[in-house]
Amino acid sequence: MDMFDQLFSLLGASIRMATPLIFAAMAGIYSERSGIVDIGLEGKMLFGAFAAAVVSFETGNPFFGLLGGIAICILLSLMHGFASVKMRGDQVISGLAVNFLASGLTVTLGHAWYSQGGLTPALTNAQRFTGITLPGAEWLGENIPVIGPLYEQVISGHNILVYVAFGVVALTYWVLFNTRFGLRLRATGEEPNAVDSAGISVAWVRYRAVIIAGVLCGFAGTYLSIAQNAAFQREMTSGRGYIALAAVIFGKWHPRGALAACLLFGFLQALETRVQNVEIPMIGELPSQLFSAIPYIITVVLLAGFIGKAIAPKAVGVPYVKER
Amino acid sequence: MTAPAIELKSINKRFGPVWANRDIDLKVMPGTVHGIVGENGAGKSTLMSILYGFYTADTGQILVNGQHINIQNSQQAIAAGIGMVHQHFMLVEPFTVLENVMLGMEGQGLLARAQSKARKALNEIASRYGLDIDPDAIVGDLPVGLQQRVEILKALYRGAKILILDEPTSVLTPQETGQLFNILESLRSQGVTVLLITHKLREIMAITNHVSVMRAGKMVAHRDTDRTNPEELAELMVGRKVLLKVDKRPACPGENRMTVNKVGYVDDRGVKRLKDISFSLRSGEILGVAGVTGNGQSELMKILTGALQPSTGSVSLETGAGVHVLKVGEWPDAGQMRDYGMGHVPEDRLQQGVVKSFDASENAILGYHNKEEYGSPLLKPENIVNATLELMEAYDVRPQLPSLKTANFSGGNQQKLVLAREMMKEPDILIIGQPTRGVDIGAIEFIHRNLIAARDKGAAVLLVSVELDEILSLADRIIVMNDGAITGEVVASETNETELGVLMTSTADADAPVFEDKGHSGKYEKKEEAAA
Repeated sequence: MDMFDQLFSLLGASIRMATPLIFAAMAGIYSERSGIVDIGLEGKMLFGAFAAAVVSFETGNPFFGLLGGIAICILLSLMHGFASVKMRGDQVISGLAVNFLASGLTVTLGHAWYSQGGLTPALTNAQRFTGITLPGAEWLGENIPVIGPLYEQVISGHNILVYVAFGVVALTYWVLFNTRFGLRLRATGEEPNAVDSAGISVAWVRYRAVIIAGVLCGFAGTYLSIAQNAAFQREMTSGRGYIALAAVIFGKWHPRGALAACLLFGFLQALETRVQNVEIPMIGELPSQLFSAIPYIITVVLLAGFIGKAIAPKAVGVPYVKER
Repeated sequence: MTAPAIELKSINKRFGPVWANRDIDLKVMPGTVHGIVGENGAGKSTLMSILYGFYTADTGQILVNGQHINIQNSQQAIAAGIGMVHQHFMLVEPFTVLENVMLGMEGQGLLARAQSKARKALNEIASRYGLDIDPDAIVGDLPVGLQQRVEILKALYRGAKILILDEPTSVLTPQETGQLFNILESLRSQGVTVLLITHKLREIMAITNHVSVMRAGKMVAHRDTDRTNPEELAELMVGRKVLLKVDKRPACPGENRMTVNKVGYVDDRGVKRLKDISFSLRSGEILGVAGVTGNGQSELMKILTGALQPSTGSVSLETGAGVHVLKVGEWPDAGQMRDYGMGHVPEDRLQQGVVKSFDASENAILGYHNKEEYGSPLLKPENIVNATLELMEAYDVRPQLPSLKTANFSGGNQQKLVLAREMMKEPDILIIGQPTRGVDIGAIEFIHRNLIAARDKGAAVLLVSVELDEILSLADRIIVMNDGAITGEVVASETNETELGVLMTSTADADAPVFEDKGHSGKYEKKEEAAA
């Protein structure tokens, strides 16, 4: 059973690692499906994490923390949206600006307010989202072989945001493919001319998409600072926004594919922490940088040959200018 | 008397100093097909954009079915029953036909029910107007003709009773054009009013009831189609007499300029694109290359101009620059070809002829930019601008602004710029592809005259065109290509479209398998039977 225990704890960790990626990837899907490249996922997540930690620490309520994270991410999203939609700027540059802004401002504000080198004060459990034991988990874990521990260690015991993330994937799928908004969103990312000539405002669709992306980034950031951890640390997103973007591409801008990619990348991250300092016969100790690089390598390799070309929404990154 | 479906009263629209539309009056009777013709830049598109709400007129009135209406955006145009099929389709390619049709008209937030409603309505419209289509087909997979049908369905689904079609046939094959006209007939018989914008007079004569002619932003004439003719319309469009037939003296060919010897080309995928092409080209003649698009003409042109290496064969050039024998393996590039005395007007000017985002002056020296006269090693902008002005003057490129971005010139003027660039150097050999593709009538006449003039000055001209009319009226000799081989050579003055048509579908004698030959002759017999 020891092997199962190890496997289950690895899988449970994978899910925890995958959660912020899932939120961010869904944010990326909304944004990119509407035609706005969102390289600023990273920065929004980071600022969201900072805001959540600060608000939660000051108010003592993690839900206020969540709201704070969401609010700041919507603000950053609107900035990016304004630059991309209204000013027709370069979306990559605007996204980068968000990243730099978040990277600098979080540390500066954190230092100014708490004087802990950019960290926010450690949160108590009451100020965090902590694990929930699902009904019957302990009993099942003790009495039913394999399935029981699977339920207890992999499915149960996560904080509420983990479950919300999976709900968001289902919701995203439903919204994209079963609602009028989804139809228009997808059309806007492909052929804004068609949307405009059908009498729909391209700008309004895109603004709504980036706002949704902001909300989801708020969840991702909040998860990092006040659920997975107990404080904000500088650069604590450590590239997750980019990995989420890779997952979006890897998943071909489809929620299902992106979810699979996020779980895979989450698994690799969980594995990374477990094989550090482990000697592998013949090869020796694997550098942890290799594991950090793996999501990108996998994305490139798989896209290059195995799962076919990922075709981006046609109008992604192109500011819409009314013809004539 | 019924009110006109559309009535425009003294519409004016200015863009800065340019009058795009000036005092336009137009009456379109319901249930008719009304043609609007004019050269590129005559203001047809602006007028239709005003009608469809892309622009608002500076002054003037619009009446739909006798009612004054104010059209500020496309929404209001749609509400007034006006639908538009754009030249460039407004379709979401990965979506199904149904999704494209319902976009913006879903009616409710959830798609499932909206879709079943839309499907019913779509099927009803499709059967009423005879527009068969699979609602679940992915639009991007459909051929262009069917995509256009989706656009028409979109407009009808939105309740359009007045349909504007902007240059609808520019992207269609002749068969698809025939189908489109059948659709328009059917729409007309159902009481739909159609506004057809085009510069192809043949189409005006074939389908419209009435025709209005625009020139330089003004409406210059209204005619009943059965009381006019293409010559009159062409004259009205251009503002002077236009020769639809080219006037030329018989050729007096001089010495040999180019001898093509058994040139073959196998592409990357191993397909034989060219099979043993041999011909010669003499100074003072135009050799036409006829054939259906994609039968090796493009490859031949690319090889002869240095853009592609042949797999077999050789070419010898005898020009003012000396005698050069080109062999496989040491094929010159396009720049060297120019040095050998060759001018090249490519088939696709936007892909090979010009860089769209460059100034006119930059494109005017493209390919010749290393010439001393433009400055070396640094370019001298002044010289370039002056040279460009000279080209523009000689070839009547409008507007005469060397600093204007090339994309902002009309197709005809872009083409004239390319022709000027290549022909003003008076090369001994001119390789010219589709010289009048997407060019309006006035410019076509001009281009044709210049080609004849170049011939008479002693140029050896190779003319590749898919327009049989053009080949027949310009060329002195014609070679016909099919499936990468030359299937025949004829003298232009002694042939006709029928003979060329037969050659365009027959196989070359040399390597044709016997059974295939039989199959072909069998087909012709059948055709004759059917005719009898």
